[in-house]
Amino acid sequence: MATQEITYREAAREALRAALHNDERVFLMGEDVGRYGGPYAVSLGLLEEFGPDRIRDTPLSESAFVGAGIGAALGGMRPIVEIMTVNFSLLAADQIINTAATYLHMSGGQFNVPLVIRMATGAGFQLAAQHSHSLEGWYAHIPGLKIVTPATLEDVRGMLPTALADPDPVLIFEHLALYNRKGQLVEDAGPVDIDRARVRRQGTAVSLITYGNSLWKCIEAAEQLAGEGIDAEVVDLRSLRPLDDQTIMASVRKTRRAVIVDEGWRSGSLSAEIAARIHEQAFYELDAPVVRLCSEEVPIPYAKHLEEAALPQAEKIVRAVRELLGT
Amino acid sequence: MTKASTASSHRDREHHLSLLKQMLRVRRFEEKCVELYSQQKIRGFLHLYIGEEAVCTGLMQAVSADDAMVATYREHGHALLRGIPMNAVLAEMYGKQEGCSGGRGGSMHLFDKATHFIGGNAIVGGGMPVAVGYALAAKLRKLKAISWCVFGEGAMAEGEFHESMNLAALWQLPVVFCCENNYYAMGTALDRSESETNLLKHAKSYRINAQSVDGMDVLATEAASHAAAKWVRAGKGPYFLEFQTYRFRAHSMFDPERYREKAEVHDREQHGPIKRYGEQLRELGILDDTGLNTLEAEIAQEIQNAVDFAEAGQLEPVASLSRFVYSEGAAS
Ligand SMILES: Cc1ncc(C[n+]2csc(CCOP(=O)(O)OP(=O)(O)O)c2C)c(N)n1
Repeated sequence: MATQEITYREAAREALRAALHNDERVFLMGEDVGRYGGPYAVSLGLLEEFGPDRIRDTPLSESAFVGAGIGAALGGMRPIVEIMTVNFSLLAADQIINTAATYLHMSGGQFNVPLVIRMATGAGFQLAAQHSHSLEGWYAHIPGLKIVTPATLEDVRGMLPTALADPDPVLIFEHLALYNRKGQLVEDAGPVDIDRARVRRQGTAVSLITYGNSLWKCIEAAEQLAGEGIDAEVVDLRSLRPLDDQTIMASVRKTRRAVIVDEGWRSGSLSAEIAARIHEQAFYELDAPVVRLCSEEVPIPYAKHLEEAALPQAEKIVRAVRELLGT
Repeated sequence: MTKASTASSHRDREHHLSLLKQMLRVRRFEEKCVELYSQQKIRGFLHLYIGEEAVCTGLMQAVSADDAMVATYREHGHALLRGIPMNAVLAEMYGKQEGCSGGRGGSMHLFDKATHFIGGNAIVGGGMPVAVGYALAAKLRKLKAISWCVFGEGAMAEGEFHESMNLAALWQLPVVFCCENNYYAMGTALDRSESETNLLKHAKSYRINAQSVDGMDVLATEAASHAAAKWVRAGKGPYFLEFQTYRFRAHSMFDPERYREKAEVHDREQHGPIKRYGEQLRELGILDDTGLNTLEAEIAQEIQNAVDFAEAGQLEPVASLSRFVYSEGAAS
C-alpha cells in the first residue's frame, strides 16, 4: 500500500478535510480556526476550501461556543468544536459536564448529543502553569463522555471520523508535542476504533501503560531497556473512557509487572484508576506492586530544566523499570 | 393593561377562553403538585411558577411546531403548554418510567423530543448556549424553526448569558431570549444582583432588539411574543423580551422566604394574571360563573387523570439504572 510522509498536524487536517467533504452537516468552530489558520495550524487552508459557515471563528466564549455545539448537534448538525487547550476548557466545563454528558440520561434517552470536541493538551513548550496541564484524566471521570487520546498518525487521522459517527459526545485530546511528529501514513487511511487500547511494542518483562505523547517516551525507554536485555511491552491506551481493561489485563498477566506513565498528576488521577483496576482484576498475577510515573505535583513551571524535571521522561521510565526489576 | 377586543367574534371569544384555560391549567396543576409534595409523592426540588402563568401562556401562542424551547427548572408551565401530556409530566415528577424523562429527570428536567422541548435545565444560564446552538443549526440548515430561550433575570449575571447574547447577535441567529423577570433570584432582589437594573440596556448593548412587557397581562405577553417571533423569523437576528412578573410562592419548597415581606406578596397577588384576565373577560361578557366552572371541571378532570396515571405508573427496574449514559442505537 502506498504511504506518504506526513506530520501529525497534517494528518489531523486531513481528518477534518475528509469529514467536511463527506458530510455536509459537519462544521468546525472554535477560536481562530479560520482566518488565523488554527492556533496550531491544524485547520490551515480549510477556511478557503470550505468557507466561513463551516470553518467558523468564534469569539473568546468557551462556554457559549461549546454549548452552541451541543445545541447545533441537537439541531441536526455534526459540529466539531475546537478548544485551544484543555486549560481553557475549564471555562466550558459547565457545558461539557453538566450538559453534554447529562442530556441523554436526564431526558430518559431522548436527546443524545453527537458532538465532537477537539483540544490540545500537555506540556513541553515552556508555556508554564496555565497552558501546560494534562486534565484529560478529569474528563475521563465523567459518565456520558468518551475520551480519546490519539498518539499516532493513524489515530489522529482515524479517530475523528469514528467520533463523528458516534451518537454521543467524544472529546479528542491532541498533545501539543505531537503536532510536528512525522511519519508514514497509508494514503487511504480511514476510521479506526475509539474504544480499544493497542500494544505498540510487544514485550515480556514489564508493561508500560500510557497514552498521548508519553507513548513515545515509553517507546524510547523500551528501546533503551532492550539494549540492557529488558524486554518491555508498551500499551497505548488510546481511549481513557472507556478504559480497555481487557487489553491492559492481558498485558499485565503476561508481564506480571506494570508501570503506568501519565503526564497528569498522580493524586486522584487516571493512573490511580488504572492501578486500582489492575489490583482488582489481576492482583494475584502480579510479581510486584504497580508503579506510577506521573507529573510532579506542581503547577508546570516555565524554566526549561524545571519543566523537564516535572514531567515523566524516558530516563525516569528506564530507571523506574530497572528498580522494579531489581537490576 | 391590554384591552381584550370588545367586538368579540366567536373566534376571539374562543381564543380568550383558551388563554384563560391555559393559565388556569398550569395554576391548578401546580397547586396539585404542592399537595402531592406534602404527601411526599413528589420529592426533590419543586419550583413553582404560580403568579407567572401569563408569561408562558403568551409566549406559547407564538411558538410553532418546529421551534425548539430551552427552559429552566421552573418549567412545568412551559412543558404543559408546549404539549407534553400532563400524564407524562406528573409521572416524571413521581419518578415513574412513564414520565417524560423516564423518571431520570424529575421536575427540573422535563424533556420531550416530539415537541423539541430541550429541557428544563437546573444550571442557571446553562441552557442559553444550547438554545443559541439550536438556532445556529436551524440557520445553517435553512429551516424555519427558531429557538426560544427562557431564563430568569438572575441568569443575566452569569457569563453564559453574556456569551450567548453576544454570539447570537454576532451571528444573527434566530433566538428569542425570554427573560422572566420575577425580581428575585432565590432571595436576591434584582437591585442586589445587577448594577444596571434596566434589563433592556443589557440586550441593547449587544445590539439586540429588546422589549419590556407586563408579564402579568396575557394579551400583552402574547402580542409581544408574536412581534418578537415575527422579527426573528424574518431573519433579522435575535430578540430579547423582558417579562415583568412576580412569583407568588417560595423559590422552592425549601425556601422560608425571609427576604421579602408578606404584604408585598399579598399586594402582587391582588393583580395576579389569572384574576385580572378573568375579571376582564367577565366585563366583556365572555366569561360567567358557568363558563368558569366548566373550565375548572375540565381541568380538574385532567389533573385527576394525571394523578391516576402517575400513581399507576411503574418504577423503572433498577437493573436498567445505567441505561442512557451512552446511546444504545446508531446515531440519530
Ligand atoms: C449556576 C447555578 N448557580 C446557582 C444555582 C442555584 N439557584 C437555583 S435557582 C437560583 C435563582 C435563579 O434566579 P432567576 O434566574 O431569576 O430565576 P427564578 O428562579 O427566579 O425563576 C439559584 C441561585 C444554580 N442552580 N445554578
